[in-house]
Amino acid sequence: MNEFVFLYRGSGNMQSNRSPEEMEASIKRWQAWFNKLSEEGKLKDRGIPLLRESKYVAAGGTIIDGPFAEGKEVIGGISIIKAKDLAEAAEIAKSCPVFEAGGSVEVRPVTPM
Amino acid sequence: MSEPVRQVVEHLFREESGKLASSLTRAFGLARLESVEDIVQDTLLAALRNWSFRGVPENPTAWLHRVARNRAIDILRKRRRESEENAELVPGLREAAFTLELERNFLSWEIEDSQLRMIFACCHPGIPEESQIALVLKTLCGFSVREIASAFFTQESTIEKRLGRARKYFRDHHVELEAPTGLALTARSETVLACLYLLFNEGYKRTESEGLIQRDLCLEAMRLTLLLANHSETRSPNVYALLALMMFHAARFDTRTNEQGEIVLLSEQDRSKWNKELIARGLHCLVHSEPDLYSSSYHLEAAIQSLHATATSYKETNWSAILGLYKRLYAIKPSPIVALHMSVSLAEVHGANDAIALLEGLPLTNYYLYYAILGDTLLKADRRKEASEAFTRSIELTMNPRERLLLEERLSKIEV
Repeated sequence: MNEFVFLYRGSGNMQSNRSPEEMEASIKRWQAWFNKLSEEGKLKDRGIPLLRESKYVAAGGTIIDGPFAEGKEVIGGISIIKAKDLAEAAEIAKSCPVFEAGGSVEVRPVTPM
Repeated sequence: MSEPVRQVVEHLFREESGKLASSLTRAFGLARLESVEDIVQDTLLAALRNWSFRGVPENPTAWLHRVARNRAIDILRKRRRESEENAELVPGLREAAFTLELERNFLSWEIEDSQLRMIFACCHPGIPEESQIALVLKTLCGFSVREIASAFFTQESTIEKRLGRARKYFRDHHVELEAPTGLALTARSETVLACLYLLFNEGYKRTESEGLIQRDLCLEAMRLTLLLANHSETRSPNVYALLALMMFHAARFDTRTNEQGEIVLLSEQDRSKWNKELIARGLHCLVHSEPDLYSSSYHLEAAIQSLHATATSYKETNWSAILGLYKRLYAIKPSPIVALHMSVSLAEVHGANDAIALLEGLPLTNYYLYYAILGDTLLKADRRKEASEAFTRSIELTMNPRERLLLEERLSKIEV
């Protein structure tokens, strides 16, 4: 089994017009998704959600307020998933609830030890 | 390996957003309703981000309240920084007082109290009825503008306008978030009950056509009426009567449509599936409403529905008692809609011809239900040709696809 980092983009950043009921439903879908992966032994770490605000530190020590990306490009959280190869990891990512809010997932293999 | 995580309680967000909005409004004031709504939305978004990954915390309500409180304090600090000229005698005093006020508002009994104040504020007589309902749904029941619009078959911009009118009224007239007392309380209570009655009816007459949102309107109307009944200052015979009325209707929710979603008429409903507990609770409320001393329209309507809810069959229904109650209702609420519903019991007691005579005098020529009931009654009198004309007119007038289906089926069964 190899490990893959899932970078969720646009989750939680573009949902300001969702109703309480829809947000509640979204939590349930995320939980169900993580639970399913966990049962299948494919979840290494649920990971962490990230806030939108950021600082961009450039070479030379310049600090600029972020984010630069548009809402749907901002990384909203990361998880670590276990899969056979990149193709399987991408297949797993297809069922992620992030798409329901118009987001996307970037799947990156972790360098093996 | 991750632990299995706690689930969110059904409708937690919707209910908590109403509580948060009410509690925060006490600290911010009605004039800043929009800031309050923003804080609530931010809080729920924070929960969405966190709980999706980390699971639902042990005490989700406390979590939401803490986040909302912190956000409120942030906003206050920011606002103070922006208006430095507004210097305080003792630096930090206002913030300390505000924090204390917030803490207090999030105590459990204060939350209920805040919601009650909020109901009374939303039903301010200076605000048009349709704005009152929109405001109750938005602030107290946690509906989005889109959901309210879809529940009322209207545009989001229309709902925005209604909400805007209410918010502007609060700003312009410096309305305080205080429940009135004494005589003013009694007067305002009538507006509050009228609003909740309308909210329930809007939901009820539409549960057949749409679905979950409409049923939620009814449940929210019941929740808020129950809140009124649970407090010594706000409970009254009329509150109990309205609650009874709602419970009798709600007891029949599941039997009003079949598995295909088609409408089932009262005469055809499976009475064994009516919710007996709700009927029992309805009767209990009706007793508490002191019907021997008070006979508001809520009392009379609740009494009518209690007779339907406890009848063993359509035929065995006590139609003459129902007709008597409708006559009393018409005496205090002389609307053609009341007369329209009265005609059904009139037909059962005195025959179809009397009912037709009543119906023919009613100014309801643009109402599909009028023609549906007229068609039914004409059929009872065996005037089939006129009946099919009435059903045809009804089909033309209804906006509801399920109603149309039912009417078409009945029309097709008439042999002219």
